[in-house]
Amino acid sequence: MELLIQQLFNGLTIGSVYSLVALGLTLVYGILHIPNFAHGALYMVGAYVTLTMMVQGGFHYLLAIVISILVVGLISVLMERVVFHPLRDSTPIQHKVAAIGVLLFLEALAHYIWGADYQQMPTPYGQVVKVFDLTFTMQRILIVVTAIVVMILLYLFLKKTYTGATIIAMSQNREGAYLVGINANKVAMLTFFIAGALAAIGASLTSPINLVFPSMGHLVILKAFVIIIIGGMGSVPGAILGGYILGFSESLGATYLFSDYKDLIAFVLLVIILTVKPQGIFAKGGV
Amino acid sequence: MPTLLSKKYALIAIILVAILIPLLSTNEYYLHILTLSFIWIIAVYGLNLLAGFTGYLSLAHAGFFGIGAYALGLLTVKGGMSFWPAFFLAPVITTVIGFFIGLVALRTKEHFFAIYTLCVGYIIYLVIDKWEGLTGGVRGLIGIPGPTNIGPIELTSANARYYFVLTVLLLVVFLIYRIVNSLVGRSFIAIRNDEQLAQSIGISTLKNKLMSFVLSTFFAGLAGALYASFIRFIGPDISNINITFDLLIFMIVGGIGTLSGPVIGTLLIVVLSQQLQFLQDHRMLIFGPLLTSIIIFSPRGLAGMYLTWYYKRKAKKKAQIQTDNASIGGDS
Repeated sequence: MELLIQQLFNGLTIGSVYSLVALGLTLVYGILHIPNFAHGALYMVGAYVTLTMMVQGGFHYLLAIVISILVVGLISVLMERVVFHPLRDSTPIQHKVAAIGVLLFLEALAHYIWGADYQQMPTPYGQVVKVFDLTFTMQRILIVVTAIVVMILLYLFLKKTYTGATIIAMSQNREGAYLVGINANKVAMLTFFIAGALAAIGASLTSPINLVFPSMGHLVILKAFVIIIIGGMGSVPGAILGGYILGFSESLGATYLFSDYKDLIAFVLLVIILTVKPQGIFAKGGV
Repeated sequence: MPTLLSKKYALIAIILVAILIPLLSTNEYYLHILTLSFIWIIAVYGLNLLAGFTGYLSLAHAGFFGIGAYALGLLTVKGGMSFWPAFFLAPVITTVIGFFIGLVALRTKEHFFAIYTLCVGYIIYLVIDKWEGLTGGVRGLIGIPGPTNIGPIELTSANARYYFVLTVLLLVVFLIYRIVNSLVGRSFIAIRNDEQLAQSIGISTLKNKLMSFVLSTFFAGLAGALYASFIRFIGPDISNINITFDLLIFMIVGGIGTLSGPVIGTLLIVVLSQQLQFLQDHRMLIFGPLLTSIIIFSPRGLAGMYLTWYYKRKAKKKAQIQTDNASIGGDS
């Protein structure tokens, strides 16, 4: 029983991070219909910036995260301007290839600046909390709470503010959004900034319990793709739900089924889903 | 007609140069690199057939390359089979696996297809990496035999292996040329240009897409088998996503959907990599932006750039002649 609760909590932690990353991916897909393969690289850069700010800059963990959000957000906006904006009228293959080019570049850059070594991120929240017979680390609690707060804020932003509504409008109907005078450039840049920021938050939160290395984004981005396919490409609630579904299936699967092949779970899940329903589970018709 | 002739001469000249290289240069290292590039070119042709001519970007190609290599390695090292039967069986095994994966993968389209194949490629990599009992895991397979002599033809020296790979490559280019210019190839192109339109004029899109996918995995498997027999040692890394990205760069830089693209792109990037060796693992600092800028500014790569220039010049000449004729007509 304790093991089960412990694993459920682990699933909640992993799922929170997955949801944050998948949210950025799904927002970008929603407005531009680009599967941004470089999103995982943004995640990786986010972890490195936080790490550098803490270790070399001497900033507090939370302040380092804020800097990381700004840096990665700006890189993300730059990527939209330089790469995806000029490609807005081109074929889907071009988008994918361009994104892969950015991914390769960012990874090589991280490799060049920070080296290939695996690095550990320190955290001021390493304390252990005991609730009944269960032990949790503060860091994990921080991950879950922050992720949920960020998701609620994002939801309020998208639903209750005028700027947020323009993003939703553009993902629902691009031409319609143009017609009512929404500035497509501004919305695209804003969305990319949010996506980069979410990736940076996710990476900075999870790095103290994982490791930081140049190819750390690979698995995460693949899983984020699985999640947004489960949740429906472009759907915000779908990405959150999908993230937690994957988080729980991984932590439970690793404990009760097979730990060696834990990473396979996501892909097997995806292969099964796409085999049965090639358009994804919650796909909206016609998109 | 003269253009066709000059094309033929150019082709013969290139083949002659390829044949003469080992006789002119005794540098074994360059010969090794060149042979390896030829193997990559074969894999890129496979990828190009599917992504360039049929419009389906598969990101599982390194996986199929790995299956071909491991099929040859396992059949010879663990199965005790002699080289030639294993060499013919390896691409067949890859093709059979490719057929079943294609059957499922091709239910998806565009982005879903790319993501699906990306995941399939990752699964193949994980299986090769983790299934130690069969594949040897990270330790890989050692002692794969090279091609054995066929009767009087010896295939053990570096030069002989170069010619062997070159022969296979020329066969592959010829096959691709015949495929692309056949009715099947035209169906592929029709599907790439507009799948619904292709379907409405009576092309069985699923059958053709599957054929393209299977052919493409065949070439990847063939390249994998050649690689295993040439390097004689294989590890799980050859099925890693990075290899797929390498193949993608070769294809995009050379020219996606062109016949000469894979050769141009692969040779150019391999030569560049040799020049940029001081960058070591950081070569993607150059190739990443190169990939992105080529896809933005010249989506059909270097070969496409040349073709555009060539046709523009031709059109201009034609227009010139017409205006000349018109002015002559006006004078008289």
